[in-house]
Amino acid sequence: MRKAVAAPYLVWMAVFIVVPLGLIVLFAFTDSSGAFTLEHISQVGKYAGVIWRSILLAAISTVICLVLAYPLAFIISRKPENKQRTFLMLVMLPMWMNFLLRTYAWMTLLENTGLINRLLGLFGLGPFQMINTQGAVVLGMVYNYIPYMILPLYSVMVKIEPHIIEAAQDLGADSLNVLWKVLIPLSKTGIVTGITMVFVPAASTFIISKMLGGGTNLMVGDLIEMQFLGNAYNPNLGSAISLLLMVLILVCMFVMKSIDTEEEMEGMLL
Amino acid sequence: MKFLCLSADGLNQRRLLPLDGGFLRLGAAAGIFLSTVFDAFAFTGICGRGMHAMPEQFIIRLKNLTKSFEDTKVLKGIDLDIRDKEFVTFLGPSGCGKTTTLRIIGGFTEPDAGDVFFEGKRINDLPPYKRQVNTVFQRYALFPHLNVFENVAFGLRLTKTPEDQINKRVAEMLSLVNLKNFQKRRIEQLSGGQQQRIAIARALVNHPKVLLLDEPLGALDLKLRKEMQAELKAIQQRMGITFIYVTHDQEEALTMSDTIVVMRDGEIQQIGTPQDVYNEPKNAFVADFIGESNIVDAVMPEDKAVSFHGKTLPCVDVGFAPGEAVDMVIRPEDLKVVPLEEGQFTGKVQMVIFKGVHYEMRVLDDTGFLWTIHSTICEDAGKEIGMRVAPFDIHIMKKMKKRRKKPTDKVSGRSKKEAEG
Repeated sequence: MRKAVAAPYLVWMAVFIVVPLGLIVLFAFTDSSGAFTLEHISQVGKYAGVIWRSILLAAISTVICLVLAYPLAFIISRKPENKQRTFLMLVMLPMWMNFLLRTYAWMTLLENTGLINRLLGLFGLGPFQMINTQGAVVLGMVYNYIPYMILPLYSVMVKIEPHIIEAAQDLGADSLNVLWKVLIPLSKTGIVTGITMVFVPAASTFIISKMLGGGTNLMVGDLIEMQFLGNAYNPNLGSAISLLLMVLILVCMFVMKSIDTEEEMEGMLL
Repeated sequence: MKFLCLSADGLNQRRLLPLDGGFLRLGAAAGIFLSTVFDAFAFTGICGRGMHAMPEQFIIRLKNLTKSFEDTKVLKGIDLDIRDKEFVTFLGPSGCGKTTTLRIIGGFTEPDAGDVFFEGKRINDLPPYKRQVNTVFQRYALFPHLNVFENVAFGLRLTKTPEDQINKRVAEMLSLVNLKNFQKRRIEQLSGGQQQRIAIARALVNHPKVLLLDEPLGALDLKLRKEMQAELKAIQQRMGITFIYVTHDQEEALTMSDTIVVMRDGEIQQIGTPQDVYNEPKNAFVADFIGESNIVDAVMPEDKAVSFHGKTLPCVDVGFAPGEAVDMVIRPEDLKVVPLEEGQFTGKVQMVIFKGVHYEMRVLDDTGFLWTIHSTICEDAGKEIGMRVAPFDIHIMKKMKKRRKKPTDKVSGRSKKEAEG
């Protein structure tokens, strides 16, 4: 009976997850005629710069998201329940708008003749080069992905009883100690989830970098897109890059996870 | 049983200790003599306002604390002096401001006005982590990410105590609460009672001068609660520190406290020893809240006489205006069941409940008032019985002021009686 209920999911997973993954692996190790080759895998090395930039920009965005979202999530979680709902609504409101549209909006804001530069112009400042920079890409990623950081953080923090924080203060902990010794350990699962949910899509994004980063700040997502849909059409190379990106992200996640459990071990040993 | 016992020595108490807070508000006339008498009985530790005592005896003094949450006045001017090494209980129904007062002492809530003094120093602006006061929270509030040892060691680690010291003191505290072998346990593996003990150990490890306890036994079952009450009292005496305990459970307050502070609607109703508040309640609220009471509308036609339901009984209270409306309070155990013809007043038994030590009888008199009697004599339901009450068991109280109004002077009938007598 239980198996029967699970069957549709298993079929779904097989058809839409396992099979495509298998295909990517297959494409990565074959050439256009279908013969086995390591050519594409070895070619990936040429794009090391792009991959490194992707990981770096994604990491920077993730850190900024965490730093911005952490206090916000905490503040929201300490509000009365009806206010919490309002704040969460405000956090999610931009997500109701189309992703492309939101990114376009940033383009018009950041352009050399865009709103921000024109406003600064009124005060005799600028124009500043904002669009087509790495900063613009990071900004776009932070803006688009920060809800995915706030929500998991909020959901763990709302479960931290106010009495626990008061107990720490009562025992002599100032704000910094409360943060390090109580809040962060208790919100660790939210932090890990938030980082995963921001870092992974940020590392493989292609729209944001294309629209806000211009041609010069290519990211690995753009690279892959070009191999499948662009002029450089080469699905085998695209698959090879995808595969490598996947491995890199898995390694990053694994490292994170091991840091996480290490802390836990330490905590238990102490 | 307790009530019966208390009532029995209540007679003695009344003769031995004819003093309560109201007495303190006497004019200066009786001052010198009375202050000597008072000193002899000053072990109650807490004094009403206007008391001239040496300030160093008080570890905590609260001066005219007020606090509102949104539109609700939670505290309406709390004045309280707490003596060192004392077990003080804030007792009152929910919403009376007892927890708010405790949180103000702990530093978690800021009063709108008024001052908090700790060992003579004003500590209003001191954050909780700088106060020499620790708290046992209502639902324990243990750190779920730390094991038992680390929970207790939390305060010590913050002060960078050397490791061997930490080990020693945590072990000491855990044996104090009888949980020696629980060091490595995780919090979620503990029962409610064990969590409670850890919370106490954690709060005591820093050697606070005052321990605040916010209804710490509320979540435990009755038997465990009784055990913990005895243990808490023992711990307090062994540590030799001040405990400030918040509860709505009058029995808990009577069992453990040196001093009980009865609160209602953000005001202190009475401060006194458990015997004081039980035997000499200042007003009908205190009488009703602590123990059970028959509270009857009555008038005082003259001194030492009270009329109710068309009868006049002798009592010992004096000092009311002739014909003044008063509350007459009689404890259920002070009503004696007698044969019909010997009764000062009579009634028909409606219901008998066996309570173990005594029977509780509900007796309806001809005016429709339902009396509660505690007696070892059992009369069957439906029987007409007589009731008698000794003059000194009748407590006459000024009519309760309307709620919300701030009572400026709460001299009760009995205080006057004692002042003059």
